[in-house]
Amino acid sequence: MRLSRSAKVVLGVITALVFLFIYTPLLLVVVNSFNADRTFGWPPKGFTLEWWGKAFDSPGVREAVVSSLWVAVVATVVSLVLGTLLALSLQRYAFFGRDVINLLVILPIALPGVVTGIALNNMFTTILGVPLSLWTVVIAHATFCMVTVFNNVIARLRRMSPGLEEASADLGAGVFTTFNLVTFPQLRSALLAGGLLAFALSFDEIIVTTFTIGAGETTLPIWILQNLFRPNQAPVVNVVAVVLIVVSIVPIWLAQRLSGESVGVGGARVKAEKG
Amino acid sequence: MAQQIQQLPPGAPRTAGDVPRAKANTFSALLHRSPRLRLAGLLTAPALWLVLVYIAALAALLVTAFWTVDTFTGQVSTEWTTENIVTVLTDPVYQRITLRTLWIAVAVTLIDMVLALPIAFFIAKVAPARWEKLLVVAVLMPLWASYLVKAYAWRNVLAEGGLLEWLGAPIGLSSPGYGETAVILTLSYIWLPYMILPIYAGFDRVPDSLLEASGDLGAKPLTTMRLVMLPLLVPSIIAGTIFTFSLSLGDYITAQIVGGTTQMLGTVVYANVGAANNLPFAAAVSLVPIAIIMFYLFIVRRTGALNNL
Repeated sequence: MRLSRSAKVVLGVITALVFLFIYTPLLLVVVNSFNADRTFGWPPKGFTLEWWGKAFDSPGVREAVVSSLWVAVVATVVSLVLGTLLALSLQRYAFFGRDVINLLVILPIALPGVVTGIALNNMFTTILGVPLSLWTVVIAHATFCMVTVFNNVIARLRRMSPGLEEASADLGAGVFTTFNLVTFPQLRSALLAGGLLAFALSFDEIIVTTFTIGAGETTLPIWILQNLFRPNQAPVVNVVAVVLIVVSIVPIWLAQRLSGESVGVGGARVKAEKG
Repeated sequence: MAQQIQQLPPGAPRTAGDVPRAKANTFSALLHRSPRLRLAGLLTAPALWLVLVYIAALAALLVTAFWTVDTFTGQVSTEWTTENIVTVLTDPVYQRITLRTLWIAVAVTLIDMVLALPIAFFIAKVAPARWEKLLVVAVLMPLWASYLVKAYAWRNVLAEGGLLEWLGAPIGLSSPGYGETAVILTLSYIWLPYMILPIYAGFDRVPDSLLEASGDLGAKPLTTMRLVMLPLLVPSIIAGTIFTFSLSLGDYITAQIVGGTTQMLGTVVYANVGAANNLPFAAAVSLVPIAIIMFYLFIVRRTGALNNL
């Protein structure tokens, strides 16, 4: 297939326009974080660093960041373990019910976040009578973060030659030795990529979190949502948003480098997705 | 293995690690002999989690939808009734909200598909190889910029006196303001990377030689796209639509931020969990998006799209 030069140029222009569409609103947030005018009309009326100072002095923001980090770390660890076990079992063994489990894993990312949120909220509050806390948020997050890890690990396993593991067994290595010395080293970067994505996913999650978080607890997205509509806080929200944009670049850039392959979005989700 | 360790010569150095190691090796040998046991060891924890946490929660949701709330005490009453479900399905208010939510989800999905196809094609097949990775990262980065930040950014873009009005003024256009159009625009924006990436991955998997062969046999680019690429791309496109469609169907936060008075199914669910304290009704409402998505997954499951998520 040979595309004419003009066809290529048209495609390039469309791509450039889409990128403009993708980045303009984000740039606007960055500009507004320095905008002296509280209403954020366009064009900006003056430059100020006041909001940045306020954001760094805000105890509410600091507490929210700490909760978010804690939830994201625990959820990532849980999903790393569960996602890896799941990927190993589904990729290596054929068994009755395999397709069902395969479908079960994608459900948390295929169903809207609001469904996951209310299902867990209902189970904790109505059925089990467990009070909502940061722990219930961790359980909820781990459920869909598992998919991210699963996707990354299973993609790597599919490309790994089973010959190495067989050779290791033939040479007398036990199941655990083979895992430690042969399988795990090959999986390491996939695990790191999956873990980073899971972390980012949890750190940004809002929909499922609103349904599973205890009264009085805040994660960073919850803090942003609560302060979005308060005229006095809106400038600080801009600053937090800019920091989030910058910080989010790091894990995605690392994950992309580590996995060395295009990162599946499913993995990515829900992100937000889930919100 | 276990025997070998016990047969070490008497003079061989022994460390404290020997004993547990021997035990571990017996266990390892057992695992080695029995694939069934190995599978059980791998599968038990994650399967239990998925079933006990997720499936149990979904099942409980279904059951709760058939309960009611005692209007005096505010407690959930476990008497079975189809009242909630009947209300959701027959009350014109909820029918309208369901249709509006569906329309928004379909519109967002179509807009994203139209935007994603050329850009994914450009990145995978036209752009120079050294740009390719950079462009993919450029698509991915905003995916990770917080969902809230993006919805909020659009609140600023669409605001009165905001960027859109400023840009549109010279050509006589104005901002649509906060409402249904704003929700569609913002959701299309937020979920766009979820459509671009699977389609890009799909294009990337189509071998160039196939396209060259088609060209050598005399097919024009458009014919090649229609007859060679499109059939190979269908699973990727459907994978993308699952994301944009499902994510839009459950949204309520974007509707809160830029939707003005626009109500979506998610808004109703959220209001009934929080302010109205009517979990059974919220559960009944949430069955609607579940049913819609399940139906969609059922239709597309044969296309292989589910392996592209």
